[in-house]
Amino acid sequence: MTTLRIKNVFKRYPNGAEAVKGVSVEVGDGELVVFVGPSGCGKSTLLRMVAGLEDVTSGEIELSGRVVNDLEPAERNIAMVFQNYALYPHMTVRQNLAYGLKNRGTSKSEIDSKVEAAGKLLQISDFLERKPSQLSGGQRQRVAMGRAIVRDPAIFLFDEPLSNLDAKLRNQMRLEIKSLQRRLKTAAVYVTHDQVEAMTLADRIVVLNNGLIEQVGTPAEVYSRPDSTFVASFIGAPPMNLLSATLTDAGAQLGDQVLPVQTSLRGDVQLGLRPERIKISQSGSGASIEVTIVEELGATRLVHGIVGGQNISVAVDAELPVPTGQAVISFRPDDAHFFHATTGRRL
Amino acid sequence: MLRTKIYDHFVLLLGVFIMMGPLVVAFMTSTFDHVLIHKEGMQVGWGGKFIETYSTVLSQQGGFTGEVTGWLMTQNSLILGIGFALGKIVVSMLAAYAIVYFRFRAATFCFWIIFLTLLLPLEVRILPSYEVVQQLGLLNSYTGLIVPLIASATGTFFFRQFFKSIPNELVEAARVDGAGPMQFFFDILLPLSKTMMAAIFIIMFVVGWNQYLWPTLMTTDESYFTLVRGIKQIMQIMIGADIPKYNEALAMAMLSMLPPALVIIIFQRMFIKGLVENEK
Ligand SMILES: Nc1ncnc2c1ncn2[C@@H]1O[C@H](COP(=O)(O)OP(=O)(O)OP(=O)(O)O)[C@@H](O)[C@H]1O
Ligand SMILES: [Mg+2]
Repeated sequence: MTTLRIKNVFKRYPNGAEAVKGVSVEVGDGELVVFVGPSGCGKSTLLRMVAGLEDVTSGEIELSGRVVNDLEPAERNIAMVFQNYALYPHMTVRQNLAYGLKNRGTSKSEIDSKVEAAGKLLQISDFLERKPSQLSGGQRQRVAMGRAIVRDPAIFLFDEPLSNLDAKLRNQMRLEIKSLQRRLKTAAVYVTHDQVEAMTLADRIVVLNNGLIEQVGTPAEVYSRPDSTFVASFIGAPPMNLLSATLTDAGAQLGDQVLPVQTSLRGDVQLGLRPERIKISQSGSGASIEVTIVEELGATRLVHGIVGGQNISVAVDAELPVPTGQAVISFRPDDAHFFHATTGRRL
Repeated sequence: MLRTKIYDHFVLLLGVFIMMGPLVVAFMTSTFDHVLIHKEGMQVGWGGKFIETYSTVLSQQGGFTGEVTGWLMTQNSLILGIGFALGKIVVSMLAAYAIVYFRFRAATFCFWIIFLTLLLPLEVRILPSYEVVQQLGLLNSYTGLIVPLIASATGTFFFRQFFKSIPNELVEAARVDGAGPMQFFFDILLPLSKTMMAAIFIIMFVVGWNQYLWPTLMTTDESYFTLVRGIKQIMQIMIGADIPKYNEALAMAMLSMLPPALVIIIFQRMFIKGLVENEK
């Protein structure tokens, strides 16, 4: 069963901006799908159309088998968690959680039990009588999630819910969101521009660019088989090296260097190599690299250098010796990705 | 550090002196006997007739019909001040609500039309206003006294600015929570606007209390007289006797200043809060 079906949806804002240009995607029961993409790619717009906060220009949005294009947000059986929490500042936490239920005409006793349950689940029971201004950022975030949970929605919609938290808390809340979603088994769409968040949270990732879907797949698929140079450079940190190369019988020609690859393709391509899949050593066989800068990242080092006139970066374990000056690189032939020289699509 | 403090205090004290000096003199004079004031002018010191003068002013039957007391005029002034302030808040808040949250085509246009009325204060349109009120038979009534004054471009402007500063996400959260326009207004907007309303109430109360022209024109029945216009009226009647009762006129002036001052002192906290801080 699918919870959410987005069918060929377009969005044109009144000012003429085309934010979403024909997107189709499905979210299965209990699945957590992450929309990821750079700023302005239309991911919030898409989410807000699902929520009913934004009109759909054309296309269909179907929730639990029902077309909801013309329904008000409150009638859609969704719950949304906003970037700035959007808690009602004059209400206590309890009132914040209860407000939506009250508007639906839920009975007092049912509201109370739901609020108590959500409070326990999210460990905010102690703050129920406080105002949002008396809570820390993380606690407010929990309350915002509590407000979503008490409604028992068909789907959770998150719009960059963690971007206001500091890095440490963000990691912790990320885990909590994931385990909570697993436990509740409720479908969710999560919007972020942070590829780490996308990789760690998602059952499936939808990579958006410029109002269009670049690729849909599990985190592993998107990482190991990017459909385009855009996805290749967006997913994974540090980003994939993209080198202009010419494929010949001898291998991939980069300037004066020839890298051994296994492919039947010939001609100009963009060669993609993940920095963590490249081996570098001071001497030995392989293409020669001129090391320019070494960045310390703690667990790894990022070695920047020049191969055949093009910049390349290589991730090296911190225990391994730091190469300097002239060194050599090598990689397994099937770790090389090939993309069309101009369109950037995978070949 | 110490020097700047002394300097600061000096400046402040000077300000207090300039602003409060005349008031203090007027107050002190009002406690003297009117014959003495007539002979020797304004007084400094304690005349000892405080209770007599002020109780006379509050309770003495005055005016042409002899029906109006200082106390009655105070009540009228209060009704005008409060009615004026509340009316302005209600009207301008509703106008701002419509302009900000309902995307009807002419919203911006309407806003500027409302704004334009700033160029047409009561003084400019006083004759047509009078005629309308007169034809409606509202002369000498509280309705006629208050209603023509409560449309407020400034109030609408303040509320519009305030509503625009409320994060859009909050509005959207309320929509997701199923709050309709009425619920949103009463459950979310009204509580959030509390400090703003208090600030506008104070300003408008003082403005309403100090209305002079419109009440003078509107009310011929003395039982609707307000303090501010009553001072002059009472002076005139008193001049009919031998020596004008300067002490009582001054006492009445003091009394008419008291409520606005009290309102400001009491609500000062809220007022400043409303001006500088929006509860986020
Ligand atoms: N209300 C609006 N009116 C007109 N254009 C808009 C509106 N909201 C967004 N846009 C435009 O639509 C495009 C997509 O916006 P959207 O907010 O969906 O981006 P996003 O992917 O969420 O970006 P971010 O990561 O910065 O939040 C942008 O080019 C933006 O300028
Ligand atoms: Mg966004």
